[in-house]
Amino acid sequence: MLTPALLLSAVIFVIGTLGVIVRKNAIIIFLCIELQLNAVNLAFVALSRYTGIEGQLYVFFVMTVAAAEAAVGLAIIISIFRHYETVNVDKFNLLKW
Amino acid sequence: MTDVLFILFAVVATGGAIGVVTGRSPVASLLFMVATLASLAGIYVLFEAHFLAAIQVLVYAGAIMVLFLFVIMLLNLGHDYRADLKYGSWTLLSLVVVGLTAGVLVHGLMGTEETGLRAGGAEVAAAIDAAVVEKGAVGVIADPLFTDWVVAFELMGLLLLVAIVAAVVLAKPRDREGGN
Repeated sequence: MLTPALLLSAVIFVIGTLGVIVRKNAIIIFLCIELQLNAVNLAFVALSRYTGIEGQLYVFFVMTVAAAEAAVGLAIIISIFRHYETVNVDKFNLLKW
Repeated sequence: MTDVLFILFAVVATGGAIGVVTGRSPVASLLFMVATLASLAGIYVLFEAHFLAAIQVLVYAGAIMVLFLFVIMLLNLGHDYRADLKYGSWTLLSLVVVGLTAGVLVHGLMGTEETGLRAGGAEVAAAIDAAVVEKGAVGVIADPLFTDWVVAFELMGLLLLVAIVAAVVLAKPRDREGGN
């Protein structure tokens, strides 16, 4: 069952990448990043059956980093929304070159 | 039975992922995401990672998704039904990037059959199952976490503290008197 799980992981990761590129809503871009993290988590869990329990530990760490990232990212979105009254990423471009 | 369940969960997870990207309202995308996370938890159970499945439902589908929902409602984005896809050269770029990513991933996956992963797989899986019977589903994660990985664990706690402080500082409205 390793190969199907890795394939599913690849499919979800690619869908997440597509979402990050094509969507404009900052919150949905964040959701798609979470999707990518979950795809990697699935690969870790599937491979942990073949390499040892460390794979599951990594998933634990990834989840913690995802929680921290969501908290900080959503705070940034709130802060940006307060300034620009929108979460459309095309509308705030001060950091673009 | 396991294969049928895996296919079921895989279909729901993929459909949910597509729904996240194509959903018009942010709330719809969020609910699709919850479906994806829940079916991934089901797949974790199929891989005997019961503790991670519970954490996935409690922390991810529960806490983090509620945080997203809370922000959507706080910013009143729930009835934002305009399509917000980028178009023009972005479509082309996204197709190129997604195609390349898929190609690299599939190319990497085709090699997994030949590597030595399969050879030692049965013993490793049996060892994990024996450890689960001996220490329980939580103990088998907690034992290496508090011994070999304790530095990473403490750093994780520090990271969460920094994230909390940063979130409060960022989301707090600015003071009127020029300071922050």
